Amino acid sequence: MIPTAFDYVAPESVADALAALADSDDAKVLAGGQSLLPILRMRLNAPDKVVDLGRIAELRGVREDGDAIVIGAMTSYVDLLADPLVAEHAALLKAAIETVADPQIRRRGTIGGALVHADPAGDVGAPVLALDGELVITGSAGERTVAAADFFEDLFTTAVGEDELLTAVRIPKHTGWGAAYEKFVRVAHQWSIVAVAATVRMEGDTIAEARVGLTNMGSTPLRATATEEALAGKQASAEAIAEACAKAADGTNPPSDLNGDGDYRKHLATVFTRRAVLAAAD
Amino acid sequence: MTRITVTVDGDTYTDDVEPRTLLVQYLRENLGKVGTVIGCDTSNCGACTVHLDGRSVKSCNVLAVQADGHEVTTIEGLATDGQLHPMQKAFHENHALQCGYCTPGMIMQAIDILKDHPDPSEQQIREGLEGNLCRCTGYHNIVKAVAAAAKAPGAELASSKVGE
Amino acid sequence: MTVSPDALVEIAEESPQADLTEPSGAGPEIGNRRLRKEDQRLITGRTKWTDNIVLPGMLHLAMVRSPFAHAKITSIDTSGAQGLPNVVAVFTAADFPDGMGACANAWPITPEQVTPDHLPMIGERVACAGEIVAVVVARSAKEARDAAEQVDVDYEELPAVFDAMEAMKDEILAHPDKGTNKSAFWKLDSKEAGTGGDVDEAIAKARQDGVVIEREFRQQRLIPAFMEPRSTVVDPTGEQVTMWSATQIPHILRFLIAATTGMPESKVRVIAPDVGGGFGGKLQTTPEEFITLAVARRLGKPCKYTETRSESLISGHHGRDQYQKLTLAAEKDGTVTGLKVDLVANLGAYVAIVGGGVPVLGAWMFNSIYKFPAYQFNCQTVLTNTTWVDAYRGAGRPEATFGIERIMDELAAELGRDPLEVREQNWIKHEEFPFTSVAGMTYDSGNYEAATARAKELFGYDALRAEQAERRERKDPVQLGIGVSTFTEMCGLAPSRVLGSLAYGAGGWEHASIRMLPTGKVEVITGTSPHGQGHETAWSQIVADRLGVPFEDVEVLHGDTAVAYKGLDTYGSRSLVVGAEAVVRAADKVIEKAKGFAAHMLEASEDDLEFVGGRYGVKGTDKGVGLTDIALATFASHDYPEHLEPGIDADATFDPDNFSFPHGTHLCAMEVDTETGQSRMRSYVCVDDIGHIINPLIVEGQIHGGLVQGIAQALWEEAIFDENGTLVTGSFVDYTLPTAADTISFVTENTVSPSTTNTLGAKGVGEAGTIASTPAVVNAIVDALRPMGIDDIVMPCTPQRVWKAIQTAGDHSGDVAAQAQPHFDEGAANADPGVTGEGNGQ
Repeated sequence: MIPTAFDYVAPESVADALAALADSDDAKVLAGGQSLLPILRMRLNAPDKVVDLGRIAELRGVREDGDAIVIGAMTSYVDLLADPLVAEHAALLKAAIETVADPQIRRRGTIGGALVHADPAGDVGAPVLALDGELVITGSAGERTVAAADFFEDLFTTAVGEDELLTAVRIPKHTGWGAAYEKFVRVAHQWSIVAVAATVRMEGDTIAEARVGLTNMGSTPLRATATEEALAGKQASAEAIAEACAKAADGTNPPSDLNGDGDYRKHLATVFTRRAVLAAAD
Repeated sequence: MTRITVTVDGDTYTDDVEPRTLLVQYLRENLGKVGTVIGCDTSNCGACTVHLDGRSVKSCNVLAVQADGHEVTTIEGLATDGQLHPMQKAFHENHALQCGYCTPGMIMQAIDILKDHPDPSEQQIREGLEGNLCRCTGYHNIVKAVAAAAKAPGAELASSKVGE
Repeated sequence: MTVSPDALVEIAEESPQADLTEPSGAGPEIGNRRLRKEDQRLITGRTKWTDNIVLPGMLHLAMVRSPFAHAKITSIDTSGAQGLPNVVAVFTAADFPDGMGACANAWPITPEQVTPDHLPMIGERVACAGEIVAVVVARSAKEARDAAEQVDVDYEELPAVFDAMEAMKDEILAHPDKGTNKSAFWKLDSKEAGTGGDVDEAIAKARQDGVVIEREFRQQRLIPAFMEPRSTVVDPTGEQVTMWSATQIPHILRFLIAATTGMPESKVRVIAPDVGGGFGGKLQTTPEEFITLAVARRLGKPCKYTETRSESLISGHHGRDQYQKLTLAAEKDGTVTGLKVDLVANLGAYVAIVGGGVPVLGAWMFNSIYKFPAYQFNCQTVLTNTTWVDAYRGAGRPEATFGIERIMDELAAELGRDPLEVREQNWIKHEEFPFTSVAGMTYDSGNYEAATARAKELFGYDALRAEQAERRERKDPVQLGIGVSTFTEMCGLAPSRVLGSLAYGAGGWEHASIRMLPTGKVEVITGTSPHGQGHETAWSQIVADRLGVPFEDVEVLHGDTAVAYKGLDTYGSRSLVVGAEAVVRAADKVIEKAKGFAAHMLEASEDDLEFVGGRYGVKGTDKGVGLTDIALATFASHDYPEHLEPGIDADATFDPDNFSFPHGTHLCAMEVDTETGQSRMRSYVCVDDIGHIINPLIVEGQIHGGLVQGIAQALWEEAIFDENGTLVTGSFVDYTLPTAADTISFVTENTVSPSTTNTLGAKGVGEAGTIASTPAVVNAIVDALRPMGIDDIVMPCTPQRVWKAIQTAGDHSGDVAAQAQPHFDEGAANADPGVTGEGNGQ
């Protein structure tokens, strides 16, 4: 319950934060703290320095940038839920964030913190992946942009390097797309056992395009690209959608743990892909 | 050590704290505000819930240094001039507590629900409380209490001293 | 159903009345939905949890715990810890050659019970993960924790056994020096006890021309998971050593501290301040308490230890963990003829304070409300290298009720009959009370017909059955199941003589003192030890009525052995039935004592006085004097009859002559999504009979809380050890307690069949909800899936288990195999090892 001792800095600019990181071999970045603090309290990690991004105003907020919206990495879940740009242009992200943890944790947790923590059971990765998001990473050499598909490397591992920070998430506008996030848990406050993020662009009652992201079906969020292709151009009927989604779990190798065996998870992924697409198309 | 200045229940405190000090530990050990309690070590139980700048957070999941320059309201700051807050009253009138250990966190979270949902449905109340565990009441009366409090004026305010 | 709800009231009035002494006690407070006195401090944060306590110079303890389930300690190097700033001491068992006391087993259920010594700190061999091998003492909790990480312990791992059925084989021994894992075998046979017939004959006959239902059930291991982590503070600096502890049992703890440490009992004071929930989980004397005590005395300084939740989940005792085999014999028309029960119960690494007896408490409850002519109960307790197991809400009775209510549903299914009808056919009829069961228990009162009729009405039983049929017809992917649970339980622990006959180490009485303060206020000192049950309120109501004083003028004191000097604490749904009865009797003694003063003051004879509304009046006149006036007069004592003592305070010790037997009918509707295996509770109705109700508000709360714990066993909770004996469900992330978002609102009502064992006519309620609800939920899920050929789901009924059962449906052996449970071998549990402890049917 008591973390090990660490030094603490709360820089007020990205440059100062990067300098603080570069200055130490064993520093951890503190975003919302909702994943980091439990880890520190259980002593699963014992950094010698914690760099708190909480005072860096430029890392918060959502803005429009042409055909995309840009979300500051330190934007909290509750701010994202209330944001009109997110609601209009990235409804899938909103649908997923609504299911994260509980209200108190959503008050403090940030999109950037969750993405970089990269827990396979986290709910933010699959929608960002499904929305073809791009992650803006800043280091001493400047900014670089990494596609979501390349950002998630493994369990708790992303493309963000040791002395770099995720500073923004760029989501291409999916204005007017239907969206749904189906999350399967045993009790309400659990991490996702399996979850599916689905967003569709409708033309009348036909699914013109579909994007499907899977949560906790592997060590990173996954795209069900075969299902996306199968859905394209289909009528949004229960049968057609069911058929198109039948192979949503193909090629996945989900973990077996306390909450479910791999084969059960694959089954769930298929069921919830169907349900999510149906709901999104509605 | 890091110097912090925090306003808690209307009073301002300045202290030097180790950065690893959790807000809940700061409240309990440095300030003697033992009304806020610790129930778990994984941020599941919510017994430590307080308001930070008027909105609910789990104080085990916030470092005291992060509260520097901010306002905290605990269960001890709710009653004003000896008058119980409408949510405290509703918990009492609806027998929404038994051992009382989860109660401070539950009350603070219940108030927060009303800020977003002034007239909440049972479903909204239950979902709003999913970060707060209770082992005694089975939640039935807690839900009743929140619904009852929603009808009382001022139930969504943390206290008259803290702005929204 | 043969009884209409309109007849409900009539039936209740016809019930055998308790022998009520004057005054009747049915005044304006009893039955009142009084809001609780306890609330004011709890809703404002003005609480007195043990962890709040700060004393001058207080030191903090951090424990070093074994990560291994079974290991020899080969070396402990504390030097890394001792050098750290503000570390005052680091102790191992070697530093206490005279010991630190012991965690005693107060209930050896047989004289031969194998009972390993349970020392607070381990020096040689750790028998389960979490055992304490060293303690660090520092000026702050942080420093103690940091230093604890620097204590270097080397272990040599030993082979370990975790599962109870595995332990039965005696291949790997939890305690090699004991030579066996089998702790005790206990049997109750109705033929041998003279309370019924021969169960083997009944079963054999039923195999010929009746019906035999055989089932194996698994009671999974649970964790009580009270919200307040345990904490102990010891101040050794006073004339008495004072221990504050988050305990349910301050009196018993004091006694056992004295008994096991050699400290004079009069030098020990134990205080349970505000305690945040217990549910049986704080009914224990713990290693942490003994270590804190020993360290504080050694150092001469106040010491505090507060556990983290992770420590609590591994080191606080667990509950349940049984394998059950039930064999039920019946005639083809559904009349039951015999029940045989075989249990294998996991005690964990030690026989905890009452852990050996908890499974045995089910002995009298498997037969439940049904008139079995023949009955046999066999229980083998075993030791394993897991956390010790002891009482958890219901303690032996939920396990029993689960077994019988599940198998009664199986009987109904086998016969193609409605489960409530089959139960009614076999249960004790209202007019048959008092009824002595085949297990030898005499149930005082009850009315299963009335409770069931009302429950069905509230539930909409017929409409739900119709909906169920419709959904089956159209093969709806979401199926509806209806679960039934009609239960009784034995609580109000307990008649001391019965406890004696079972070798239980203590009595079952309870004590109360009433002090009439001169200024008119009343202090009630109770030996019960509430931790959420509202005794301060309910006892105030009782005394207000009995003595005719205002509710607000009564102060209830408890939990401090220096104040409430005598008591047996709170568990087993005993406090009202036994504890409040002691309060009533003390009050009656006060009234009797004061009568002599009243007669003197009124210059009348005692026979001419009547006591009404707190006042002694001379019959036929309006002369009178108030009880509280008498209290003031005795303070001065200037003028009082010579034959009286100048005081009217009184105390009473009450020992019940029987358990109390609440009952109820619980109905649960579950929707099961056959695509995912996820179940969702649609509705839950219960009508419980707990005798006369003192405070309906408190009763409702107890039932709600009990229901959710029982439902949680059915759906969500299980304490799981991996193949290394590590507790996998070691935090609230993985030990999944339900939240408000997972549960629903309940419909609860009561019928009233007064108890005959106490003046108030009350029965216990604390555990009833938990006892009844688990089978109601599981029966509902199985009911939903039965058409698919499924007749059991192992608890907790996780979505995966349900889904897998559906996939392998129709092949009964596949259900159990798919859920990978060990089986009873032929004769495994009831193999009499040559020595038995016989249960005494009453």
